[in-house]
Amino acid sequence: MQGDNYPKIYLYRRIVKAKFFIDDNFAGNIDLDHIADEAFFSKFHFIRLFKKTYAKTPHQYLTFVRIEKSKLLLKEDTPVAEVCYAVGFDSISSFTGLFKRLTGQTPAAYQQVQQKIKEEIKTLPLKHIPNCFAEMKGWTQKSNFEEVKKF
Amino acid sequence: MITKLNHVSIFVLNQDSAYDFYVNKLGFKVHTDAPMGPGMRWLTVCPPEQPELELSLMSIDKGMMFTEESAAAMRKLVSSGTFGFGVFECNDLLATYEELKAKGVEFTKPPKQEFYGFEALFKDDSGNWFSLGQKAK
Repeated sequence: MQGDNYPKIYLYRRIVKAKFFIDDNFAGNIDLDHIADEAFFSKFHFIRLFKKTYAKTPHQYLTFVRIEKSKLLLKEDTPVAEVCYAVGFDSISSFTGLFKRLTGQTPAAYQQVQQKIKEEIKTLPLKHIPNCFAEMKGWTQKSNFEEVKKF
Repeated sequence: MITKLNHVSIFVLNQDSAYDFYVNKLGFKVHTDAPMGPGMRWLTVCPPEQPELELSLMSIDKGMMFTEESAAAMRKLVSSGTFGFGVFECNDLLATYEELKAKGVEFTKPPKQEFYGFEALFKDDSGNWFSLGQKAK
């Protein structure tokens, strides 16, 4: 038996469709009951099957997507308040608290670290590349990289 | 004493297209994306739950690694699906298969229960193939 011939493959398709709905609409006011209905499941059955498939309840997955998207926006130097509302949170304090609980850093601290890394990649890229690869690519011979100039 | 693996090289035909495949289709995270001069880029991505394992998406260009001839030969080998660079793992193979298929990933073998496990095979945008297996419960 393989692929499309598996029994209940249609259930997986519906769960995947629900996941895609969350992926595409995370910034809005998603009603998870509505998603369960769209997928033709009872709410209990939907949560159970979603968690079995993704190791997260639909609500946990929605939070996960929002936090991951917020990280991308923070990396792009978007102000924290703007990020909060852009990913679907309606309170900066709850966004900050949740972000810190899940990542160990406040959004502002995370953004600072990412800005530092971004700047370092621009000015000292060789610091982020294993030397063996940099040498094979001929990048250690480039005199305009700061790290090479030092030697 | 060796403690872990932290970089793996995957040769790709085009880094922009590979970025789209690994990040937007497979859902991998960008670890480092550093422009290194005209036409040169150091690009690494990591699987969502392994932030310290960098998959380096390496271009195949004439230079210190390749001559013109060996680069052409390597590109031909990659595009013909010669290389299988590894085995990925997922929580639920049927769901992951449906999801990746919907995103346009090409499977060369759909999920099938083998004596060694539940497995599917897919190709990246360059032609490299990977096994995708379900984590044992």
